[in-house]
Amino acid sequence: MSSPKQAAAVENKLTGGHRACAGCGFPIAIKEVLSSCKDPIVVVSATGCLEVTTTIYPYSAWKVPFLHNAFENAGATCSGVEGAYQSLKKQGKITKNIKFVAFGGDGGTYDIGLQSLSGAMERGHDMLYVCNNNEAYMNTGVQRSSATPRGANTTTSPAGKVINGKQQNPKDLTEIMAAHNIPYVAQTTVGMWPDATKKFEKAFSITGAKFVNIYAPCIPGWGYDNSQTIKISKLVVDTCMWPIYEVENGKYKINYKPSVKLPITEFYKTQTRFKALLKDEAAIASIQAYYDAKWARLQLMEEATNKA
Amino acid sequence: MEKTITARTGNEAMAEAMRQINPDVCAAYPITPATEIMQIFAGFVNDGRVKTNLITVESEHSAMSACVGSAAAGARTMTATSSQGLALMHEILFIASGIRLPIVMADVNRALSAPINIHCDHSDTMAERDSGWIQIFSENTQEAYDSMLQANRIAEHKDVITPVMVTTDGFIISHGMERLEMYPDAEVQKFVGEYKPQYTVLDVDHPITVGSLVLTDYYLEYKKAQHEAMKAAKRVILEVGKEFGKTFGREYGLIETYKADDADFILVAMGSTAGTAKAAIEELRQEGIKAGLLKIRVFRPFPAEEIAAVLTKAKAVAVLDRCESMSNQAGPVATEVKAGLYDAGVKVPLASYIYGLGGREIYIEDIKNVYRELKNIAEGKLKPEQAKYIGLKE
Repeated sequence: MSSPKQAAAVENKLTGGHRACAGCGFPIAIKEVLSSCKDPIVVVSATGCLEVTTTIYPYSAWKVPFLHNAFENAGATCSGVEGAYQSLKKQGKITKNIKFVAFGGDGGTYDIGLQSLSGAMERGHDMLYVCNNNEAYMNTGVQRSSATPRGANTTTSPAGKVINGKQQNPKDLTEIMAAHNIPYVAQTTVGMWPDATKKFEKAFSITGAKFVNIYAPCIPGWGYDNSQTIKISKLVVDTCMWPIYEVENGKYKINYKPSVKLPITEFYKTQTRFKALLKDEAAIASIQAYYDAKWARLQLMEEATNKA
Repeated sequence: MEKTITARTGNEAMAEAMRQINPDVCAAYPITPATEIMQIFAGFVNDGRVKTNLITVESEHSAMSACVGSAAAGARTMTATSSQGLALMHEILFIASGIRLPIVMADVNRALSAPINIHCDHSDTMAERDSGWIQIFSENTQEAYDSMLQANRIAEHKDVITPVMVTTDGFIISHGMERLEMYPDAEVQKFVGEYKPQYTVLDVDHPITVGSLVLTDYYLEYKKAQHEAMKAAKRVILEVGKEFGKTFGREYGLIETYKADDADFILVAMGSTAGTAKAAIEELRQEGIKAGLLKIRVFRPFPAEEIAAVLTKAKAVAVLDRCESMSNQAGPVATEVKAGLYDAGVKVPLASYIYGLGGREIYIEDIKNVYRELKNIAEGKLKPEQAKYIGLKE
């Protein structure tokens, strides 16, 4: 675990000057990941903002080896890289200890890349998969994904006169990954640096398949001022819509329990994507009940899995 | 050299070739009729006969994706597939060739759905003809084995660095038991050589970015570089084929001709049908018909000049396609042959045929009929037809 101040003293392996929006969430996630790895690291990325803004030929923002293949296959691609490493290491052709991380957005992870991720995790490759969850297809211009929260206005689930935003609750990918019974699954947010880096450090210390779902706000997609990324990514945790927890060898641990649980509207008020939803009291009540039940269930899971 | 004479199916021969090559990584997924290749190979892995890390992925899309990751990491990487599996890999085939990864794949030719069918035709490979992969077809088990042993040398050559697929006809070769001359492991390994990639993502001291976003300012140059590599591949395939001949006694080129030198009528075919055609030619020659064969071994890069040079002397030509391209003109092989003839200024009567789709048998008699039609065309008694179906039920 490090503080942002300590991390600032370490050489940045993702250089400045890349083309992500000022205040964007994912470069923070990358810094949290890269600064948490003591060994040399190889990065694999799905197609998306992360890849598009950091690798425009003939430039690259990456000071570590970086491989982009396609949109839906970061899991499989990384398993190939790791598979090659295991083979070459066994043959004595490589002596270094190298770590592997695959990044995907929620579109590339929850949706189109889910099979590829599931396969890589099931096979137990020694790799970490990090999902940068910004709750929609942002690189293509804010289309709904299965991570988009109910009621959010996106370009394919617009707040219309008859249908108001996305109609479904988000898929719970972290739970799906926990069901893979891999050694480490966690959920964090870019705004909680110590929590995020502690989790990434732990992930890198564990052999086998690891998955971390990190909440990474998107300024143009969510509609907020670019000074608010950290604040918003913390606020969501205080509503318990995005709990901060980990599942280590099947045992749940909620890493942060807010002393005052805020209503979801406190989070909604900060972003224009929920503007229309905020006028629909019935929908708000129903969504609040949904998240309350999820939060209660998570606490029960923590209790149940820690019984002696 | 002590050669072993054995009986093997095409799939067994492919798996044996892979065992002898002993790649660092294989990533594969089962599909009829290619499943056996990886099944046999998995036995080699688990019996410790190869050093390979076998990644048993959850789809062909992931198989090719893992191959891309592995090859980018500098490992000698192989896979095998067929039909729907190759089609599912489609997107990533272009990425493998585009970022210049020398992956080698065995593809067992099988029809594409719909309707679903597990038997041989070339529609799977032909659908990937523009994917930037080198494509080598096999007439029989021996050729499949021999071509697999040459594939890494071609793919990894510094002027090429392009993936290679070696194909066999589904069931006809893949499951047909044939005489196979195998070479000693040590001799094969000496021929194939050690793989030393120039750049890899595992070289953490020299970090590289692979798979960049290349926009309007460089994409064209990127593709031109690939184009040049495919041109160089033609030379390298010939060099490797010649060296293979010197080492193992069987030389390979881009095309093979059979009694074409003095032939009035030449048939162009690929894969196992070339063998059937040779038998037909023997019979026709006894009837006094000067029949000859041009077998295309390498479809990508396409040997247009070499083909035109052979066909220029013919009175009439027939091109057999085991694939429909639904163009209303001809199958893909005939279309490319005709383009090559046009560029070479060769105007020869040419009829094109579609045959064997979904594994429909082609008999010596069917091929003899094609030659008889060519004779009639040459004598002005028949107009050459395009995309004429052979063996269609009345």
